[in-house]
Amino acid sequence: MSDVTDQGPDLHTVVIRFAGDSGDGMQLTGDRFTLSSAVFGNALVTMPDYPAEIRAPAGTLAGVSAFQISISDHDISTPGDAPNVLVAMNPAALRANIGDAAPGSTLIVNADAFEERGLAKAGYDTNPLTDGSLSGFTVYEVPMTSLTIEAAKPSGAKARDAERSKNFFALGLLSWMYSRPTDVTLEWIQKRFGSKPQVAEANTLAFKAGYNFGETAELFGAPMHIHAAAIEAGTYTNVTGNAALAWGLIAAAHLARLPLFLASYPITPASDILHELSKYKNFGVRTMQAEDEIAAAGAAVGAAFGGHLAVTTTSGPGMDLKAETLGLAVSLELPLVVVDVQRAGPSTGMPTKTEQSDLLLAMFGRHGEAPLPIVAARTPAHCFTAAIEAARIALKYRTPVILLSDASLANGAEPWRLPRLDELPDISVPYATLPNGTGADGAPAFLPYVRDTDTMARPWAIPGTSGLEHRIGGLEKADRTGEISYDGANHELMVRSRAAKVAGIAADVPPVEVDDPAGDADVLLLTWGSTYGSVAAAVERLRRRGRKVAHAHLVHLNPWPANLSDVVGRYAKVLVPELNMGHLCSLVRAAFLVDARPITKVQGQRFLYSEVESAVLALTDS
Amino acid sequence: MTDVEIPITTRKDWSSDQEVRWCPGCGDYGILTAVQLLMPELGVRRENVVFISGIGCSSRFPYYMNTYGMHGIHGRALAIATGLAVSRPDLDVWVVTGDGDGLSIGGNHLIHALRRNVNLTVLLFNNQIYGLTKGQYSPTSEIGKVTKSTPFGSVDHPFNPVSLALGAEATFVARTHDLDRKHMTETIRRAHEHRGAAFVEIYQNCNVFNDGAFEQITRREARASMLIPLVHGQPVRFGDAGEKGVVVDVQGRARIADVADVGEDAILVHDEGRQDPGLAFMLSRLATGPHEPTPIGVFRAVERPDYGSLVEQQLVAARERQGPGDLAALLAGGTTWDVD
Repeated sequence: MSDVTDQGPDLHTVVIRFAGDSGDGMQLTGDRFTLSSAVFGNALVTMPDYPAEIRAPAGTLAGVSAFQISISDHDISTPGDAPNVLVAMNPAALRANIGDAAPGSTLIVNADAFEERGLAKAGYDTNPLTDGSLSGFTVYEVPMTSLTIEAAKPSGAKARDAERSKNFFALGLLSWMYSRPTDVTLEWIQKRFGSKPQVAEANTLAFKAGYNFGETAELFGAPMHIHAAAIEAGTYTNVTGNAALAWGLIAAAHLARLPLFLASYPITPASDILHELSKYKNFGVRTMQAEDEIAAAGAAVGAAFGGHLAVTTTSGPGMDLKAETLGLAVSLELPLVVVDVQRAGPSTGMPTKTEQSDLLLAMFGRHGEAPLPIVAARTPAHCFTAAIEAARIALKYRTPVILLSDASLANGAEPWRLPRLDELPDISVPYATLPNGTGADGAPAFLPYVRDTDTMARPWAIPGTSGLEHRIGGLEKADRTGEISYDGANHELMVRSRAAKVAGIAADVPPVEVDDPAGDADVLLLTWGSTYGSVAAAVERLRRRGRKVAHAHLVHLNPWPANLSDVVGRYAKVLVPELNMGHLCSLVRAAFLVDARPITKVQGQRFLYSEVESAVLALTDS
Repeated sequence: MTDVEIPITTRKDWSSDQEVRWCPGCGDYGILTAVQLLMPELGVRRENVVFISGIGCSSRFPYYMNTYGMHGIHGRALAIATGLAVSRPDLDVWVVTGDGDGLSIGGNHLIHALRRNVNLTVLLFNNQIYGLTKGQYSPTSEIGKVTKSTPFGSVDHPFNPVSLALGAEATFVARTHDLDRKHMTETIRRAHEHRGAAFVEIYQNCNVFNDGAFEQITRREARASMLIPLVHGQPVRFGDAGEKGVVVDVQGRARIADVADVGEDAILVHDEGRQDPGLAFMLSRLATGPHEPTPIGVFRAVERPDYGSLVEQQLVAARERQGPGDLAALLAGGTTWDVD
């Protein structure tokens, strides 16, 4: 099947969305298409879209599951605004996704599913395949169900079972259309379903039937080509944000030469980090599913006191509950990583939908003066690096650190060049082992709040260390001795010391880089978190329009890199696109007295690059 | 580590240099003294001992122990201690809490630590009042209690902490009181010996906001007739001459009877090792409050693997099965491809 004649058109980028019922295997189909594209050498970005309901009734709009992938011959940063190709396995999938499809795009529908009952479940009064409503699209009606059942007959699978292979038929067809290598999918089928030979055979036959249908049906013209992109050499894997974050935590513990302790309470969309970490017990990773969010934070503080790299993971509602414990960790000055996979709020909000609306909570969501460092991941794979960075800061400065991810990063995936271990930083810090002062009786004593002159961190003396027995707590502590103190001047010293310690981290983070190739831009787009990709794509398009636009992206949200003030001051206009009501924008305005303007969206979805592009044009032309 | 390596210590070694700041006459002093005197006898090293507390009068306790310690936040001592005990099974972790801290704001963490059987020694000082906030009713205050926040009397039905702990299937549950150092010391010693979550309710007098709450049963001259000592393997009897006893009648109820009426053979023999916590629960319900004959001592002491050990065993088993973690192999564990 690989000797296809090379006659189809060359494309630069295509956006494909597979949509079907939750039971149709669309995520699996998308994953396989992703892998064959990656192996082929395309640049790609993917975006799954699961239904919020656990088991919505089959065939209904609520049960539609979709997977979007953008494949390209050059580096891309988003899964694409609108699909050029929509594969719809049933009427509900068509109805739920047609609104996103680009005008003139290609629809490939499973014609067998467009019968009376399926149409009624999707809420169609008339059949869209015949009522003319799809006249703006190129529609291919393929009877995927019946072709799959027919193709799978030699496997001996019953029609009911064989029908389940129709996603492989769709995958085969798309693989032909876009000249994907087939061996990687066929090998995978054997590996994955090897223990069920009949299923493996049915899937293989369905995949080949789909591929051959494309070739022989003469419906589709010639297969299209998207050439390999110039990609940095190395070994790659496809990784979701949650998996990358979990691996980053394991890597951080390895680099710190500490055991990893995670306490978490299940919450969407953060639970997969707990699931992932709970697999790696041979790495010495202890995971604890706590009775509630507060207990998870408390247990992590306990493990931090015991000398572990301690982590708790959650989403917005859990952050609310952990706030008091974070204040305790600020006061105790113990290392702690708190991961907030942001979702749309307030309250329960939209648990599976993305938002960046916890930045001000992370900055200020504790009583009293309780500053702490904040790090934010910008792409799914970057969650790995961001996790190591959060741990590095927590350990070095003995402070809780909030690591912000979000639902789109958590579930989104991208190819990731595996780092060599020797590329990763050593983030180990020593425990205290000896007395560091003199007690009232003149004898050597351990003073838990004597600060390092460089980092301002206090010593980390863990239980089990003889001679360093000490007590710490949430009551204000006297400088150096850590004894309870209600002295006003001491309190001011401690408040300012804790703030100065966190502020001082600015000197220990890389300067913010500005993407301003000609150095003549007059507009700066300042971003953080997952908006990175959409804004980077928008910037490219704006430049193609001749606009002089610069882009700076923040990974460190508190403290900011030391050069941010200069960067922001260099541009006549500063625009801040965020999936919230303007959090970073208000912080920048307050800190630098610049007239920064927000570009905001709160629909539970990422920015389309076209939205950013339009907003920038509107704000710069006015 | 063997006993010979443990340095010989005295109470002084276990006492921090901090001035003890409970109200003069507080029952907490007696508990602190008992614990500080007991520590040298436990065969543990100071550096391996950690006292963790929440917020409240009792929660000042760690400051006075010359060990590692943490004064946490309200209600969360059990959560913090769980994280420490699970991550560091080599440590000897104690929790000091109160009826407000442990049963109200921290009630959830208490029941979960007990059901998980985290290796902790939990001392719950029950004074039936909020002391630090100056006198509001607590979850163990009796109905009708007049306090600052209940000027017309409390209408809240109280918890019985021992019943609650047994309901959570705690593997060690005991009760003692602050006026009997010997009983307190022996009870706490037993709790410390227990591997798993050991829960000790200590009736403790708040002489400022709830003075005499337990006086009817704990004052020296009342003890014989008002405290029912539970001793493993012994008939449950009390009274100056052991003339009273506990029987389980044909309806399945535990009740107090005159031994002379029912005969010695009818008296319940206490078995703290019964797996079924039902009978221990029934004993915990004998008194409706500290104004009736009330059982003290060890209600339940059964063996069940502790949470930290089980977690540790899974790590060991995983290492034996899969070998030590290999980060590079983990990252490359999914499908990979090479770009040249």
